[in-house]
Amino acid sequence: MVTPVTSLGRNGLYDWLIQRVSAVIIGLYLIGMLGYLVAAGDLDYGSWKEFMGCVAMQIVNTLLVIAVAAHTWVGLWGVTTDYLTSLTFGKAATAVRLIAQLVIALALIVYLLWGLVLIWGGA
Amino acid sequence: MKVSIYRYNPETDREPSMKEYEVDTQGKDLMVLDILALVKEQDQSLAYRRSCREGVCGSDGMNMNGKNGLACITPLSQVAPGVLEGKKPLILRPLPGLPVIRDLVVDMGMFYNQYEKVQPYLQNNTPAPAIERLQSPEERAKIDGLYECILCACCSTSCPSFWWNPDKFLGPAALLQSYRFLADSRDNATEERLSKLDDPFSLFRCHGIMNCVSVCPKGLNPTRAIGHIRSMLLERGI
Repeated sequence: MVTPVTSLGRNGLYDWLIQRVSAVIIGLYLIGMLGYLVAAGDLDYGSWKEFMGCVAMQIVNTLLVIAVAAHTWVGLWGVTTDYLTSLTFGKAATAVRLIAQLVIALALIVYLLWGLVLIWGGA
Repeated sequence: MKVSIYRYNPETDREPSMKEYEVDTQGKDLMVLDILALVKEQDQSLAYRRSCREGVCGSDGMNMNGKNGLACITPLSQVAPGVLEGKKPLILRPLPGLPVIRDLVVDMGMFYNQYEKVQPYLQNNTPAPAIERLQSPEERAKIDGLYECILCACCSTSCPSFWWNPDKFLGPAALLQSYRFLADSRDNATEERLSKLDDPFSLFRCHGIMNCVSVCPKGLNPTRAIGHIRSMLLERGI
């Protein structure tokens, strides 16, 4: 049995579930947002700000940002462990993979924090 | 017709190459294995595995015009459109993703290692009955579509997840066999078997692209078996 320390759930079933649940959240958000945009018709800045500023949308947006970050991590973790291996990089594979995973992780943390500031910052 | 065959002898060749042959099929829809026999008459140095020549032993798994299959039960007309008519060459390569020993002969070691990991034998720690462990017809029916696998490796070597991680991802053939024993009412090592599959690689590296299903010469469905194991893990884990 393999127990990779950098996988999100450190377990195949958790990662698989995280990937599916986050995909459902992202899918529902997209459908909902599309529905809103079609129904709202002519949108101006004021009504858009009011819509995005309500507590319900803040919670939904937070869920979305977390879902996108988790989904991206599980997916890209799979990509790095598929392609950045000793088959392609020989002995340097571990270093290459670790660096790639660190860059992805940092980018996702920045994205997550930035997203939360935008959603809850109240600017 | 033209036949293009992957040739590699590690003792004499620096790198593999494709060699062209001209074979006269007299317009017959021969099996690919018959074509190989005709080529072998011209060139005795060609190496390939074969045994039963009727799709039972699984020795002659190879890549024919880009698709894995058994040479002995694949007629030219099924390889690709135009091959039988001689409009396109027949292109034969070894099974992808496994080390080549020579020409079309691959080292199946990695494939068998993964097969061994799933402990492909009945395990039951309850006292053995006087005669045999009985199954109802319904219980027996559950292993249909699973026990027929002949371990030709056509499925696992057509799977990209197995190409990239042949040491960690078990591959469709081994997972089909894993489910064959998980589904068997006479086996009670279910918990031990499932706990060995719960990591991110062994089973979950399957992304369900179904290459395995499209190439299986016995018409089996490893993707469905993997789905069943996933459901068992889900029920156990939640």
